[in-house]
Amino acid sequence: MTERRVTIKNRAGIHARPAALIVGVASNFVSKINMIKEAENESINAKSIMGIITLGARYNTTLLIRAEGPDEAEAVQALSDLFERRFEEE
Amino acid sequence: MNKFTVLDLLNLDLKEHDALDLRCIAGRSGLVRPIEIPDINRPGLALSGFFDNFAFQRIQLFGRGEYAYLEKLFEEHSFASVERFFQNEMPCVIFSHSLLPKDEFIEICTASGCPLLQTSLTTTDFSARIMRALSNMFAPKQTIHGVFVEVFGVGVLILGESGVGKSEAALELITHGHRLVADDAVEIRCVSGNILLGSGANKVIGHHMEIRGQGILNITHLHGVSAIRDKMEIQLVVHLENWDASKNYDRLGDLDVTTEILGVKIPYLKIPVKPGRNIPILIETAAKNERLKEMGYFSAKEFNQNVLKWLEGENARTLYLQNSDL
Repeated sequence: MTERRVTIKNRAGIHARPAALIVGVASNFVSKINMIKEAENESINAKSIMGIITLGARYNTTLLIRAEGPDEAEAVQALSDLFERRFEEE
Repeated sequence: MNKFTVLDLLNLDLKEHDALDLRCIAGRSGLVRPIEIPDINRPGLALSGFFDNFAFQRIQLFGRGEYAYLEKLFEEHSFASVERFFQNEMPCVIFSHSLLPKDEFIEICTASGCPLLQTSLTTTDFSARIMRALSNMFAPKQTIHGVFVEVFGVGVLILGESGVGKSEAALELITHGHRLVADDAVEIRCVSGNILLGSGANKVIGHHMEIRGQGILNITHLHGVSAIRDKMEIQLVVHLENWDASKNYDRLGDLDVTTEILGVKIPYLKIPVKPGRNIPILIETAAKNERLKEMGYFSAKEFNQNVLKWLEGENARTLYLQNSDL
C-alpha cells in the first residue's frame, strides 16, 4: 500500500475537468486507487468521475491518495504530479 | 456529376410544395440539352431586341409580362427578335400560369430544337421552387459509407468500420420506432451552404439493409412506411469503434467536438463498442442530448457550472468561518 497527501492548489478546486483528468490517469493503472478526505472520513474510488466530484474538494483541501496493487507507487506518483501541475489550469 | 439535362428536370420526382409541375409541349428533340447553370433568366430584354449580356445558358422563364409582350409582337407580325432569341442554344423555355404561346412561337421554337415547357404554377412560385431544386441538384455532394437514421427527430449518421455493428444498431433503432433513411451508401448534399441533407445513394435499392446471417431485408415491407424516410438533415455523427482499452474516451462530454463533412461542422461522438454496451440505447441517448443542446441546455456544462458554484460557496464559507475566529 502506498499513500501520499496532496493539497489542491488550483483556485477552482476539483470540478468536472480535473476530475476527468484524475480518472484518466488513474484508469491507466491496475492498482486499486482511493482518494480520501480524512476530515470527513470519505473514501472514494479514483476511477469514478462522479465520485471524485462528490468529494467537493476545494482550494487548499488536503487529500490522501491511497493505492494498492502491482503499480501502486507509479500510480500515486502520477496522480500527485497531476495535483502539483494544478491540473494544467491557471 | 453526370450532365443534368432538361429531361432530368422533367423527371425530378418532387412532391407537394416542391413540385414543379412541368410538362413538355414542344421541342422534344431538345430534351437532351444540358442545364449547366442553376439559375433562371426572364427574357424580357432579349425579346425587345436587346441581346447584350443575354444569359442564354440559363433556363428562360416566361411569365405573364413576357407572354403579353409576345402577344403584342405577334399582332404586329414582328418575329425578328423571337427568331434571334432562338438562335441561342438555351436549355429550355418555360411558360408559367399554364400559358400557351401562339402557334408561330411554337413553330420557331421547334425548328430551333429548343424544348418548350409549361407549368401551372405562378411565376413567383415556380422561380422559387426551381431555384431550390436546381441548387439542390448542383449542391456539392459526397457518398459516405455508413447508416443514416432518424432518432427522435434528429438525423444521426452512424459511421464505423464494416462489421462493427452499424446496421445491427440501426435495425434495433428501427424496431424501437425510429426511421431508416439510408443504409451503407449515404449520399450527402450540402444545401444552402450549411445544411447537410442525407439520403440513399440509390432510390431503386433504398431502404434495404444487409444483416450478416440474414441477407438483404426490405425495411419498408418488414416495418411499414413509418419506419422509413427519404431524406433528412444530418445533425449528429456517431462513430462506432471497437473498444480499445489503451484509449481514453471522453468522460465529460463538455467540449463541442465536431467533424467536417463537405465543409460543414457537425457534432461528433465516438462510441466504443464492446459486449454489454447497448449501442442503440446509447445512440438514442446521444440524440436526445443533442436535442437538449439545440434547445440551449448543455448537460455537461451546466453540471460543471453547478459544481464550480458549490465549491466556490464552500470556499467562501471556510473563509468566513476563519475570519470570525479572529
